Amino acid sequence: MNQDMAEPILQMDKTSKSFGGVQALRDVSFDVFPGDVLGIIGPNGSGKTTIVNCITGFVKPTSGRVYFKGEDITGRQPHKVADLGVTRTFQIMRPYYSLPAYKNLVIPLFSPRAKRTGGWRGGGRLGNRQTIAIDILEEIGFERDSYIPFKKTSTLPTGYLKRLELARCLALKPEIIICDEVFSGLSMSEIASMVPLIQRLQDEGITIVMIEHRLRELFQVANRVMVLNFGQKLTEGTPTEVMADEKVKEAYFGSEEVEEVMIYA
Amino acid sequence: MSTQKLRKERIDRGIKVRSDGLYALMSLRELSYLTLPRFVLIAGMLSLPFLMPDMYWQRVISIVCIYAILALSFDFLAHYVGLVSLGGAFFIGTGGYVAGILNSYYGIPPVLTVPLAAIIGGAICTLMLLPCLPLKGVYFAIVTLMYPLFMARIIEAFDLFGGTDGLAGIDSFSSAFAEQYLVICTVLIFLFGLRRFVTTDMGLIFTAVMDNDQAVKASGINITKYKALAVFIASSAGCMAGACLTHIYMWSGISQFALDFSILPIAATVIGGAGTLAGPVLGCFILVPVSELLRDFGTLRIVFYASVLVGFILFRSDGIMVFMQRKYEQFERWTKI
Repeated sequence: MNQDMAEPILQMDKTSKSFGGVQALRDVSFDVFPGDVLGIIGPNGSGKTTIVNCITGFVKPTSGRVYFKGEDITGRQPHKVADLGVTRTFQIMRPYYSLPAYKNLVIPLFSPRAKRTGGWRGGGRLGNRQTIAIDILEEIGFERDSYIPFKKTSTLPTGYLKRLELARCLALKPEIIICDEVFSGLSMSEIASMVPLIQRLQDEGITIVMIEHRLRELFQVANRVMVLNFGQKLTEGTPTEVMADEKVKEAYFGSEEVEEVMIYA
Repeated sequence: MSTQKLRKERIDRGIKVRSDGLYALMSLRELSYLTLPRFVLIAGMLSLPFLMPDMYWQRVISIVCIYAILALSFDFLAHYVGLVSLGGAFFIGTGGYVAGILNSYYGIPPVLTVPLAAIIGGAICTLMLLPCLPLKGVYFAIVTLMYPLFMARIIEAFDLFGGTDGLAGIDSFSSAFAEQYLVICTVLIFLFGLRRFVTTDMGLIFTAVMDNDQAVKASGINITKYKALAVFIASSAGCMAGACLTHIYMWSGISQFALDFSILPIAATVIGGAGTLAGPVLGCFILVPVSELLRDFGTLRIVFYASVLVGFILFRSDGIMVFMQRKYEQFERWTKI
């Protein structure tokens, strides 16, 4: 929160990424401080997901560096980045469809990091993974009484799958969660129940980076917002500053009378 | 023509429901319902050497079991790890040659060569397949199909280990009995071991790698390590089968890299039921003896054999095992719609 006090936990330094002739990112730099909720917004195709992929090692940046707690993690393999506690969710959910929901969490709980840290709540000790998995799921909103944790993942509605994505990160006892559009595809009431969850994670000291299109809900939780357009950083600031920025309005709507639209967005 | 429409309804048998979970401990009837299929399989396999009339059919048993181990390893890799491997012949050949070399060059007795071949052969196969592990689906299948061809040609070209003549004069097992029980027990151990293993937490990782490898990476798990482990398990099973084959025929040669060893296990898996582990074993017990019985027909054998396969794929594509399991656990009745 207090940017003068703290060292940035995550730093992106002049990172570029091009896929063939398409330049997805162009010299993007930003810092994330411990306890932050940083929102990244931008029109479709502006390179938001590429940022996530560059940080978590799913793609290698063409140039530039990524630092986690001052350590260079550029181009490290995804599992090594996750092992440091930099976790992500996927925009298109990637659960293990053939397993019941709670067994989805056995996999992150089996990772070296979870063994070291003991999972989300664990103090370094890991008990029965399936029991812990059900506890984590219940805590993030799977109703144990209606046997939802035991249902096959392929039968669950989107809202639960999004939570399952978050739960996979939490099982690793993360330092940072990078949420790639956790609100998209959810109904209004599902989003409404998701917002307190994000706030709770923030209270627990987890740094959160949120990529989002749902601006209204994002601005409820984010303390800083970065705007991307065509792979370039447009601006960065508090939600109110960003809302007022002319460049942002132009990037999103290309017109002037946008104020009402943004309010109803 | 009747306009009345009927639908087949399947309902779990009462005893199946009663034997789920802890309730199975309530009575002997439920307990025996659960253990009967396993008991029939184990008792049936162990009594096979006594039931077979002559030496010829006893030898067939051994060959069936060798194919069954291969089919198990194929089913495990394909349906629990997601690596479709056509490398059965590669595993058999490597295991066969390792056992042959250990026995004829170093004089190690079969009791030791079989487990050693499983470990050394498994390590060799895993190391050689290591570069192919990032591949998926049909690409992995093609590469694994190349390996046995490649190995056979290398041995031929460089005249290694006896070249095209192979290694002759390898010790056989001490008796036909020992030979049969070794392969039968190996099948049973691998079958029940793998069935248990795939439900453990580590086994779940393999299923997860098959379902969605990106998510496993994002969970901080090195998928290459687990894929290599799975290949090691499967290939050491195959190599063990190959070592048994070498000692049964007292010979190891490049015909152990024949593609039969890659193809037949897949056919057996299709017939028996993919992803059931017990199914492929069952499939081998049908396919191999059928192919022996059809020997009298000469080359027509392949025609019959192929028709059986096509029939199964068309009419019972889920496999015998799945079919039998359904009959055992559920009853069917016609209901009006």
